[in-house]
Amino acid sequence: MTNQEKPYSNFKATLAITRASFRSIIRTPSTVVFTLLFPLIFILVFGFISGGGVISVDVGVAKTNDTLNPVYQALKKVSVVHLIHDQTPEQMEANLKKGSIDAILNIQKNATPPVFTVNVQSSKASGDKMAILRSALNNIFFEINSHVTNAPPPVAVIKEDTVAGREYKTIDFILPGQLGFSLLSTGVFGTAFVFLSLRITLVIKRFFATPVQRYSIIIGEAIARISFALIGALFIICIGHFAFGFTLVHGVVTVLNMLLLSLIGVVVFMGFGFVVSGIAKNESTVPPIANLITLPQFLLSGTFFSINVFPAWLQPISRALPLTYLNDALRKVAFEGASLMDVSHQILIMAIWGVVIYVVATKTFKWE
Amino acid sequence: MAKQSIITVKNLVKNYGDFKAVKGISFEVYEGEIFGLLGPNGAGKTTTLEIIETLREKTSGEITVDGFNIDTDAASIKKRIGVQLQAAGYYPNLNLTELIDLFSGLYGIQRSPLEMLEKVALTDKAKAKYKELSGGQKQRFSIATTLINNPRIVFLDEPTTGLDPQARRNLWDLIREIRDQGTTVVITTHYMDEAEVLCDRVAFVDNGNIIGVDTPDHFIDQLVASGFERPKQVKLANLEDVFINLTGKEWRAE
Repeated sequence: MTNQEKPYSNFKATLAITRASFRSIIRTPSTVVFTLLFPLIFILVFGFISGGGVISVDVGVAKTNDTLNPVYQALKKVSVVHLIHDQTPEQMEANLKKGSIDAILNIQKNATPPVFTVNVQSSKASGDKMAILRSALNNIFFEINSHVTNAPPPVAVIKEDTVAGREYKTIDFILPGQLGFSLLSTGVFGTAFVFLSLRITLVIKRFFATPVQRYSIIIGEAIARISFALIGALFIICIGHFAFGFTLVHGVVTVLNMLLLSLIGVVVFMGFGFVVSGIAKNESTVPPIANLITLPQFLLSGTFFSINVFPAWLQPISRALPLTYLNDALRKVAFEGASLMDVSHQILIMAIWGVVIYVVATKTFKWE
Repeated sequence: MAKQSIITVKNLVKNYGDFKAVKGISFEVYEGEIFGLLGPNGAGKTTTLEIIETLREKTSGEITVDGFNIDTDAASIKKRIGVQLQAAGYYPNLNLTELIDLFSGLYGIQRSPLEMLEKVALTDKAKAKYKELSGGQKQRFSIATTLINNPRIVFLDEPTTGLDPQARRNLWDLIREIRDQGTTVVITTHYMDEAEVLCDRVAFVDNGNIIGVDTPDHFIDQLVASGFERPKQVKLANLEDVFINLTGKEWRAE
């Protein structure tokens, strides 16, 4: 036979598929819309409506606080104020600077009027949450003071004290959520559509008439989609940082950590995509099945607001979803400057999801 | 022409559950010929073809392609054959040049896309997408993708179905050119006129069996010798000749 045969290169075949797939992805309008445009629109909307999504004011209660006084009792009934007792003074101090609690409250009873002094410590990170707390307190004072007849001196006064902290902006919450959502939709929808359409239009069958290996097809497609997702992530982070002042505590290192988390996220989400492509019978059954996976995560994983505001019965569901942990890890890394070791718990849960979903995918995936 | 066999099929059987699609067929394809598999829909033509192309598992039987056993050397066979599938699509959103590049990569070789497109007269469509092509252009492009690896054998599954008379004739010319350059062609078709003018030898497949293998001329002579006569005297031309004559035979801009 022919003796001038060169050994077949699986690497070249994989690269050829990567190149073809990447070209195809960037020419698919729906992919670009879901991965880049949607997240950017949400970032834009929430970036301009500052304070959007503020639903609860987290207030740490100092150990020395007098809990029997009427101001405290009234504050307990204000629904937007969330009182926290289980933190040490050091924790509260640190959390206040990070912005994960908005104020520290310490009400003192005095021997001489004013009868109560309400000490409120806040930081720049508290932002307009402080205004909400202040107006809540003013309402309470107005009521209490008006109950005390013929007593001109006020019963209570507020003493405010502001510590320096990083300013926690709306964008710092919104951007990681939108990034996570972008990775979820490109991972699930993109992967599901590509493998289903390659299967039903017999593109894969035609590939099988060439010497290409199956793993080359999977890896080639995966590299293309991951590259696209990471370029998209970088784009979103850059727009967020330069246009809306998104906080990147350690600069480039933070960006690299975020990209690494994005990589883990998109690989896990692609597993869902492989499962959907195997279950779906045709292209019109992809969106309902894929939505079943993405929509609950979109709503319950802290994309728009912190999962702490959800009712207690809903929170365990939120805490089971992989996107919750990706969002959480992204926020910790970006705003708190956490290292990847600090978010190893979140990475571990995503990894468990990854293992489970790829086991399911190998059972459901169809080539023909 | 030395009649050396390039494909040997012996007692090929393919069952889908209880359904026997191919019931123990045997035939040979000779090097350098155009070999036609003819028969009605569901006769087992495509199944047989796809088993030889290594795309489908057989139930039993023995097949060698260009000296390689299909059970042990499928990878070597894939490198030596070009396959056009019935109704296969191409990677979405890519133009013809990029598709040729993709297939070159899949075969692990370097081919100039323009050179490949020139072979099938599609250089002016180099930047077009596959779905923008006409029926005849699509088939010509499919054939171009089968030639990328300089195959010893190309398999064409109903390449002319749904084409207009000009496009059909263009494709015949192209298929003859491929054979004249030394490549063996295996083709399936429903059109007997096509098989008659195009194929060097044909096999009739019906109901999973081969009911005859010979040259078209021989089959016709045998039938005539048996006393067969067409019920109506045939005119020297038919309506298709009129169509071609009126509309011109050259490759037209479709």
